[in-house]
Amino acid sequence: MAPLVNNARWKDVTRNLAERDATFVAMWGERNDEGGNVNLAVRHKGERSIEIVSHSAPDSHYPSVGRHHPSAILMERAIQDVYGLVADGLPDTRPWLDHGFWPHSRARTSYNFKPALGPGVHQIPVGPVHAGTIEPGHFRFSVNGEIIVRLEARLGYVHRDVLGLMRGGAIDDAAALVGRISGDSTVAYAFAFARAVEQALGLTVPPRASTLRGIMAELERLANHLGDFGAICNDSGFSLLNTHAAVLRERVLRLAALVFGHRLMMDCIVPGGVLRDLNEEGATALKSGLPSVLVTFERLVDLYEKTASLQDRVVGTGRLDPALASLLGCGGYVGRAAGQDFDARRDMPYAPYDGIDVRVPVLSSADVDARVRVRIAEIQESVRILLCLLDMMPKSSIHAALPNDLTVRSGAALVEGFRGDIFAFVRVCDGRISDVFVRDPSWFLWPALEAAIEGNIVADFPLCNKSFNAAYAGCDL
Amino acid sequence: MRKTLIESLFRGKLTEPAPHLSDEQKSGLVGTVNRIAQRRLGRSLAIRHVDAGSCNACELEIIALNNALYDLERFGLKIVASPRHADVLMVTGSLTHNMGAALRLTYDAMPAPKWVVATGDCACTGGLFAQSPVCIGALGQLLPVDLHIPGCPPDPAALLRGLIALISGLGAVAHESGKN
Repeated sequence: MAPLVNNARWKDVTRNLAERDATFVAMWGERNDEGGNVNLAVRHKGERSIEIVSHSAPDSHYPSVGRHHPSAILMERAIQDVYGLVADGLPDTRPWLDHGFWPHSRARTSYNFKPALGPGVHQIPVGPVHAGTIEPGHFRFSVNGEIIVRLEARLGYVHRDVLGLMRGGAIDDAAALVGRISGDSTVAYAFAFARAVEQALGLTVPPRASTLRGIMAELERLANHLGDFGAICNDSGFSLLNTHAAVLRERVLRLAALVFGHRLMMDCIVPGGVLRDLNEEGATALKSGLPSVLVTFERLVDLYEKTASLQDRVVGTGRLDPALASLLGCGGYVGRAAGQDFDARRDMPYAPYDGIDVRVPVLSSADVDARVRVRIAEIQESVRILLCLLDMMPKSSIHAALPNDLTVRSGAALVEGFRGDIFAFVRVCDGRISDVFVRDPSWFLWPALEAAIEGNIVADFPLCNKSFNAAYAGCDL
Repeated sequence: MRKTLIESLFRGKLTEPAPHLSDEQKSGLVGTVNRIAQRRLGRSLAIRHVDAGSCNACELEIIALNNALYDLERFGLKIVASPRHADVLMVTGSLTHNMGAALRLTYDAMPAPKWVVATGDCACTGGLFAQSPVCIGALGQLLPVDLHIPGCPPDPAALLRGLIALISGLGAVAHESGKN
């Protein structure tokens, strides 16, 4: 699993990406005495593992992957800003994370947005401070009348150098940081990071810990999908469903707090296992609470389907070309609503999902409605999986001590978060992190959103945006 | 839809006085917000939230304040879209350099008197990101902070408690702001 510097293999893998024989997973850089290395992770078609290959950048230059495969462009721009490693041939060399405000900034503060030319075309700048209680980012709309002809998202406002803070630190400290990369996916991030560390150290976690991780991950998925379902309806002008869905979300969060001591279940999953066990009282609360959430939810789904004014807003709106979803490697509800039949829980199975039949909803209409319907199906499926896991509950310890290993070891993992698959890579030595990367699904959702919104009206943007619900902090890192 | 509406009508309110608190604290909390908010602000305290480097967890809990169980607006506390309408700037996150200018502009756009609430551990102290080379650190380094609500993230009950503390102290703070 250790990424070996192999410039020849890098070329092969880049060709695989260009020829669509592999799905792009992640790219990240690291500085060393000789200049640096750039790492590339891909998933080959039909394979259940991820290949990681490195390219040396002795004079801070390496051959661009982005020139052959668009998913890599944003990451190569980020690598340029943070590590000063330049991708030769990168089609878009504008800074991404560096806005010119850091003490060590290389960028200027002005930023040239992509042009949209034509009679009557004008621009609407939005953000970074938005009207709602959401994360910061800038959207530049080029519009002709009401029609959006081009959207460009500019992010990086919440770049905190999480990875830099993790490197060199103890594994436990890194685990706390990884849980704060994207708060809505804290469980999925901690899960992915823990699995990567465990793979690096060759550690098998106790079965009860794996089952508890599954319960936490499904509770997180459930809470987020419920919140999104309501928020999308709200942005369609139908606040009644939001009111009811928000109550259901709150019920799930309270169950999480009751059972695991934290509403978002932060810091519950750590490398080696979990820190919170499930007692009888908690299991009973989940077994009675979850089906009742689902019963109420079915009523909301019925209302969603039968409200013509709502359907009018969501059906056909913000359609994402399935070919583009495939090219970009979009996962989660965005990918699955556009025919991408991938779910890490089923296709790259890991405990506890390796013992469970995970049903993956896949639709092809790729509009806001499809993204809502994928969420609806996943809510139902999550409750089923939760009840299944609760019945399994093996008896064992919930944590295994990490072996103290002085050799350099690395590991990687792919975990299905609510938004899509989260990739984690880690290299550890003597209990410390020497390299780490965690990739949010949103890296591929933002370019997809830019494409899906084309030809829609400005008033439908909030609705489309919410149906993607891409993370800002998750890819600003 | 008719069925859902009618059922909601007869089921009664979902709204709770205050979550996760003892009965004594519960009644005290509701009473205080209502009474003091009314006295100081005539039932109107407008809050503008800005994420200045948060992981989004604080945002989720602030959003939860508006759900039917907490129903923030019954206390006269309202989250607004424009800083021009706001009395309170509620800031979350570890204050990245990239958000510094936007945060400053938002603060400057608010009419005086105005108050600043550092929400969550990151805004209060810089949190786990205090040592980051791309973060400014605690909110206090950029803006005058009137109230700190710690927590990672603070849950809705903690947020409510914090806002009460702010309203309780508003008289004194307003006086100081007037001098600026």
